[in-house]
Amino acid sequence: MDMLVNTKTATATHQELKTSSTGPLLKINQVSKSFGRSTVLQDITLDIHSQDRIALVGSNGAGKTTLFRCLLGEYKHKGEIILNGLHPRQNRQAVLSKIGFVPQLPPPLKMPVAQLIKFAADVCESDPKEMLAVVDLLGLDYDKISRQPFNKLSGGQKQKILISIALGRPTELLVMDEPAANLDPDARHVLFSELGKRVDNVAMIISSHRLDEVATLVNRVIEMDQGKIVLDDVVADSLSMNAMLDCSVELTREEPSFNKVMDEWGFVAETNNTTWRGQVASPDRLRFLGVLSRYSGILAGINMEQSQ
Amino acid sequence: MLRHLKLTAFADINESLRARWFLIYSLVFGGIVVALFVTGLTESRVMGFTGLSRLLVTYLQITMAILPVFVLLTTVRSVAGDREAGVFEYMLSLPVSLSAWYWGKFFGRLFVVFIPVLGAMILAMAWAALKGSEIPWHSVLFYTGLLLSLAWCFLGIGMLISSFARSSDVAQGVAFIAWLVLLLFLDLILLGLMVQGGMQAESAVVLALANPLQVFRTASMMLFDPQLVLLGPSAYVILDHFSELAYLSYALLYPVFLGSVSALLGFLYFRKSDLP
Repeated sequence: MDMLVNTKTATATHQELKTSSTGPLLKINQVSKSFGRSTVLQDITLDIHSQDRIALVGSNGAGKTTLFRCLLGEYKHKGEIILNGLHPRQNRQAVLSKIGFVPQLPPPLKMPVAQLIKFAADVCESDPKEMLAVVDLLGLDYDKISRQPFNKLSGGQKQKILISIALGRPTELLVMDEPAANLDPDARHVLFSELGKRVDNVAMIISSHRLDEVATLVNRVIEMDQGKIVLDDVVADSLSMNAMLDCSVELTREEPSFNKVMDEWGFVAETNNTTWRGQVASPDRLRFLGVLSRYSGILAGINMEQSQ
Repeated sequence: MLRHLKLTAFADINESLRARWFLIYSLVFGGIVVALFVTGLTESRVMGFTGLSRLLVTYLQITMAILPVFVLLTTVRSVAGDREAGVFEYMLSLPVSLSAWYWGKFFGRLFVVFIPVLGAMILAMAWAALKGSEIPWHSVLFYTGLLLSLAWCFLGIGMLISSFARSSDVAQGVAFIAWLVLLLFLDLILLGLMVQGGMQAESAVVLALANPLQVFRTASMMLFDPQLVLLGPSAYVILDHFSELAYLSYALLYPVFLGSVSALLGFLYFRKSDLP
């Protein structure tokens, strides 16, 4: 559990990241965006390197989604955004073929799932089998849902399909807006593992309202507030993204609502439902501790060790 | 580009075929033809038109009232609605060119809005064949062309409105007003203004020729009534300035031109503006 957010350490680590690559993958230079009189982004300047896994955090209206839309060439803006020497707006296809995107809200598409995957694979010139492999890993029964309209799927199923499309094609940058928001713990673990496999080749920007949701997934944190960057720091974590932790939780007494929560996390009860054992994915541990904090009044002990 | 255009058109057709508006739209046009049969219109004789000819004249006059407003409202509602709902945000994050996306949507929708209208025409032909009536193929083909031209025109106008309007509510309001304005400049109102002395005859003719609804209306009459007796004295203006063939050609080409220019203006704005 050696996780810390430390500005001093961060600066050194960030510097190492910068010097380890030939130049930034993505350069954002003095980007501003206004809607009428309302300024949503103010002079955003960032260099993003191919090793960066960034948590983009901030409250509602901080400008995260607007920044994503500028990156994707969907919004015109002041300033300059360059990915591998190309402008997203002027070289849409070349730039977007390198970016995998997962939106916060799935689009209400009526087309069947199979057709959406085929469409995405065709325009991305990638193999749909790669997308289907991720669909399978995320625990979706593709044969069952392939003919269903996309908008009729549950929120979690939609999210899994969009993640599969983004991860199932070759990319250099993954832009994900709250990707794990609707996922169950198993699917979250698969997502984190799949992202873990790509850390050497793919830069990531993952948006979240809460740092604890994504802290263990990332090595850099950027916080936005009212269209400005108010923090650009590094997260140091000794555990790999696909590590598992053996956990045990002891309670002073049985609590029915706690039983339900532990069932959802796949934990097994011992001794009158007061001792629970199970595994938690490394990137999920802060979220798990957050859940436990709701029961702090009846907690007798917690133990978390890296699984061998 | 062409491959992406086909993919987008196919995706749009698939989306539309599953939409509720398409079901209602198809039922309306199929229903009109069925209703005309049921009411015994083909058996009646009005101003010399009987059988299939009578049915087609009536069908086209009703279509003129319904098709433009249906095409306008469904286009702006689904295109602007897709933008509001986040469909553009996701689909345009994929590496598809903007021209392939926009024109793919245009041609996909053209196919979708024209198929029910064409289906109703085919239904009428099948009915006539069953009854042993003579089918006026020349007129049927021309009417089909006129309907395609009208659908193209209002689809182009719908795409233009969708590009400019930032919400589906605004887009629907503007589309409805555009349709009302074109209705206002139909022949009877223009004649009324001339009678009141508020408009020069030349201005009325120019407005009538500029209004795709009026052009469609006159051309659809001309095919079964070459002397335009139905239109009264104003027919002389048309027949003096155009030959029958020239006017029919104009009626086919002008709405396509107007729709294409509108769609092109919409595309130029769409390409330069915020996409989602």
